Amino acid sequence: MALLEIRNLSVSFATHSGQFLAVDGVDLTVDSGEVVAIVGESGSGKSVAMLAVMGLLPPTATVSADRIMFEGKDLQTISAAARRKIIGKDIAMIFQEPIASLNPCFTVGFQIGETLRYHLGLDRAARHKRAIELLNAVGMPEPERRLSAFPHQLSGGMSQRVMIAMAMACEPKLLIADEPTTALDVTIQAQILELLVSLQKDKGMGLVLITHDMGVVAETAERVVVQYAGQQVERQAVRPLFRTPHHPYTAALLAALPDRATGDRLPSIPGVVPGQGDRPHGCLFHPRCAYADDRCRTVVPARQGPEAGEALCHYPLNVQTEAAS
Amino acid sequence: MTTLIEAKGLSRIYEVHRGPFAKPLELKALSDASFTVEAGTTLAVVGESGCGKSTLARLLTMIEPASSGELTIDGHDVTAGSRRNLKALRQTVQIIFQNPYGSLNPRQKIGSILEEPLKINTSLSASERRERALKMLREVGLRPEHYERYPHMFSGGQRQRVAVARALMLEPKILVLDEPVSALDVSIQAQILNLLADLQDSHGLTYIFISHDLSVVRHVADEVMVMYLGRPVERASASELFANPRHPYTRALLSATPIADPERRGDRIRLVGELPSPFNPPTGCAFHPRCPLANDRCRREAPVMKPAGEAVVSCHAVEEGRTSV
Repeated sequence: MALLEIRNLSVSFATHSGQFLAVDGVDLTVDSGEVVAIVGESGSGKSVAMLAVMGLLPPTATVSADRIMFEGKDLQTISAAARRKIIGKDIAMIFQEPIASLNPCFTVGFQIGETLRYHLGLDRAARHKRAIELLNAVGMPEPERRLSAFPHQLSGGMSQRVMIAMAMACEPKLLIADEPTTALDVTIQAQILELLVSLQKDKGMGLVLITHDMGVVAETAERVVVQYAGQQVERQAVRPLFRTPHHPYTAALLAALPDRATGDRLPSIPGVVPGQGDRPHGCLFHPRCAYADDRCRTVVPARQGPEAGEALCHYPLNVQTEAAS
Repeated sequence: MTTLIEAKGLSRIYEVHRGPFAKPLELKALSDASFTVEAGTTLAVVGESGCGKSTLARLLTMIEPASSGELTIDGHDVTAGSRRNLKALRQTVQIIFQNPYGSLNPRQKIGSILEEPLKINTSLSASERRERALKMLREVGLRPEHYERYPHMFSGGQRQRVAVARALMLEPKILVLDEPVSALDVSIQAQILNLLADLQDSHGLTYIFISHDLSVVRHVADEVMVMYLGRPVERASASELFANPRHPYTRALLSATPIADPERRGDRIRLVGELPSPFNPPTGCAFHPRCPLANDRCRREAPVMKPAGEAVVSCHAVEEGRTSV
C-alpha cells in the first residue's frame, strides 16, 4: 500500500471573473522512503495540489478528487477532527518563507512544544527535552539557548531549521517541503537540502519536494513530476528525465537553463504561462510549443505510456531513440 | 578597448543609530573594492545576501557617495565631482532592479514611465519623446499598443522589459543590473537574458551584473568578482574563475550550487555555520570561521588582494600555496 495516493485531484478557485482551475487532474503516489519532486513554474499549481492534501486551502477553493488516500484512510471522507490527528503528525509540511511561517509573538521553544503537546500529549519537562533533541537533530547551534529565542532573532537559515524541527517533531511518515530553500542563500541551501535528505533517509519518510529549481531536483529527487498550468505534463525517474525528456515543455525548460546552454543565446520558451482568461483549447502548451500542429490546437492530448514519460502530449519526444537503444 | 569604470579602494560605511544616547554603530557595507571594467564587457558581482553587492550598485549609480576610495566613470572622477558634473554623469549609468513588480509606478502608464527620464534630463518636445518611447518599446520586444497600458496589465517578464526600456531611454553607456532575473521563472529568465545580450551587442553597453546565481553568471559574465561580507575575495575572468576557482569561498560557492544534471551529483564542500554579523566581523580574514583552510594567521591578519595565476585573490592559504590547515 502506498503512503499517499492521489487520483484525479482538481482544485478550482471562485474568483470575481469566474472559476479558475488551478490544479487539473493530478495523480500522485508516494511510498515510504522515496523522494518525489514536483517541479514547475509559478502558477503551475504545484503548491495548491499539496495544500489541498493538507486541507489548508481557503474556502473559495473547490477540491474534487477520485481518491486522496493516506495509509489507507480516505482524507476526503474522514471527519475534520480525525483529519487534524493526521495533519501535522503523520503528514507535515515546510513552507517557502521560514520567517513568515513562524509566529513572531512566541518563542521557538513554545512553537515546537505546541505540536508535541497537541499530538503527543507530552508534559512540560518532556517537551523541553524533546525540543532540544529536535533542534540538535536539525543542526542548530546552542539549541538550549535558542529555545527562548523569538523568530526575529534568527536568520533565514536558522528559521528554516526551526520549521524543519517542528515538522519532524512527531516523526511524520510524509513530509511535504514547499520550496524549502528558495528564500535562502546558496551555501545555506546546500546545508538545508542535505539535512532534509539525511532526515528522510534516517527515518524512512516519504518526501515530496516542491520546487522550481531544476538543479535542486537533479541533486535530491528520485522521481520527478513536471507540472504546467495545473496539469502534470510528464512523470519520470530523475535520470531519464534529464537525459531524455519526452514532453516538449520539459525539454524546453531544461534547454533554457543557463548551465545547460552551449551557445551565446539561451533557447527560450516564447510567451507566458496561460492564465485564467486565456486558457487555450487542445493542449495547454501549444501556443508556446515548437512542435505544435492543428491536432495540438484542437484535441486535448491523452496521457502516453511509461515508455514516453507518461507525457501529456500528442507527439512525445525522444521515443524512437529510446526504442532503438 | 577603453576602461569605462575604475574603482580604487572603494568603501561605504553606514552609521546605524541605536537611540538618542548610544553611540551609533558603524557598519562596513563595502570595504576596499578595487576593479576596472572595460567598455562593452560584463562584470558580474557574485555573493550571498549581505556581501555588499547592492551597496556597490548604489555607489556606481551615484545614488550614494562612497565613504572613501576613488571611483572614475567614463573618465570623470565621481568622488571629487561637483553636483552639476554628477548630474550629467548619472545619465551614463542606469540601473535595473530585481523586482519588476516594485520598480514600476502602478499609477503611471508605460508611456509616461518611459518618457519621464527624457522630461527631466532633455528638452525634447512631447512628440519627440513619444517617438523615442515607441522606438524603445519595439527594441525591447514590446508592441506600440503597450504605450497606453498600466504596469499591472503585464507579466513579470514584460515588466522587466519595461524596466530595461526605461533604463535605456537616456542612452547610457553603463547598465547596473541588480539581480535582474532572480524574480523570474526559468523560461522567462532565458528571454530576458537573451534580450540583455542583444542590447549589449547593438548598443555596445557595459554591464555590471549583480547576481547570486552562479549558473546565470557563468552564462553572461566576462569578468567575475566574488564578494564576502563587504569585501571582494576573488576577481578573475569568467572562464578562469569557473575552471580554476582559487579562494576557498569561491570553491564552496561553486560546489554548493546545484547542477541540473543528476549524473553529476557529487560530494559538496560543506560550509559550516552562517554569515557572521557585519556589525561584529571576525578578526583577520572575514571568512575564517567557515573556512576549511583557516589557521592562526587567518584568524589574526586580514588578507589583501594579490595576483595568483590569472586571478586576483585575497587569501593567505592561496598565497602560501597551502591546501590543508
